[in-house]
Amino acid sequence: MKCLSVDNVTKRFGDITALSGINLDFYENKIYGLLGRNGAGKSTLLNIITGRLFADEGSVTLDGTPVIENEKNLSRIFMMSENNYYPESMKVSEAFGWTKEFYPSFDMERAYDLSERFGLSPNKKLKSLSTGYSSIFKLITALSTNAPYILLDEPVLGLDANHRDLFYKVLIEVYSENPATFIISTHLIEEVSDIVEGVVVIDAGRIICNESRESLLSRYCCITGAVSAVDAFVQDKKVIASETLGGLKNAYIEGTVVKGSLPEGLNISGIDLQKLFILLTNKGGRKQ
Amino acid sequence: MQLNFDDERPIFIQIAEQIEDAILSGAFPEESQIPSTTEISVSYKINPATALKGISILVDSGIVYKKRGLGMFVAEGAVEKLRNKRKDEFYENYVSKLVREAKRLNFSKEDIISMVERGFEE
Repeated sequence: MKCLSVDNVTKRFGDITALSGINLDFYENKIYGLLGRNGAGKSTLLNIITGRLFADEGSVTLDGTPVIENEKNLSRIFMMSENNYYPESMKVSEAFGWTKEFYPSFDMERAYDLSERFGLSPNKKLKSLSTGYSSIFKLITALSTNAPYILLDEPVLGLDANHRDLFYKVLIEVYSENPATFIISTHLIEEVSDIVEGVVVIDAGRIICNESRESLLSRYCCITGAVSAVDAFVQDKKVIASETLGGLKNAYIEGTVVKGSLPEGLNISGIDLQKLFILLTNKGGRKQ
Repeated sequence: MQLNFDDERPIFIQIAEQIEDAILSGAFPEESQIPSTTEISVSYKINPATALKGISILVDSGIVYKKRGLGMFVAEGAVEKLRNKRKDEFYENYVSKLVREAKRLNFSKEDIISMVERGFEE
């Protein structure tokens, strides 16, 4: 199967191990959410995948051949990041033209069409763009490249609610029209929760979760009811966290519970992706 | 159509149900076209694979069918089929629960029937 593989990648910065033995496969034409707290290693990982940083150990391959020092493979991966790699005095239209030099499949028509929909003027110089429009420019570029692997690092940074809404819709339109693998790293988990198919959670440089959103969410649930009743019911179950409010208790458990087997007075509900992320990455606070 | 993302049931099932509701209400009459996978996924901001899975449920149960090159259409007899399916679900979700609760509270069958009649009159 065609895929972008990260094999046993470790990266250290001095004494700090930023990534530790990362193994991941990103399959073709799927949308992935790469989730992690600040400093978890998301950007480091994306930078290693695109050859902007070198791993101390391990390798990244595309359909079995290395990505590093391989022009053909690198031109199949596009990464949008917070940093701007274009000359500041360049106009938006010139930057589109420049991108086409490196990514021949860049769709100029789409780039101009999206610019119009987002209200981005192609004549503006990159340095005169606000934070939001700077992100919009980079998003439009990424969505127009038609690269088979598109990595988006914090794509909606500085975008207002309307522009974020438009971005998610455009992302799905482009994906439906020209399927590609998208890896989206974001803190706004709720907003991408229903868009992503695969979920990768990275915590303190390690992968703690890598599976489809659907199977991940189906493995966890929340039991609510009177404290004593909840405690009795969950005593033989794997509780990952709990909260009490007066006499009422929520117990978040790993494992499935058949609705009919629930004692009277207890309720079961699902856990959304953002809540689950918080529960999985909250243990012991944030180590640095 | 409005999805309830707090609902614990998977989104693809909710999508299928929403389309069923639209067919039952006459919003999508038999032999009319339903929105495409892309239109559904863009408007709800969900993964196209999820939307496709929802529509596949309807295809498998013969509610909608594919016209090659044109899109998905509501099958003839879909409304009747859905009404029967909903009747079974209605019994499971409401009637059996109602009877169970009535027995627990010692209400007679006659009590319940007169309550149902009152409900219809109001």
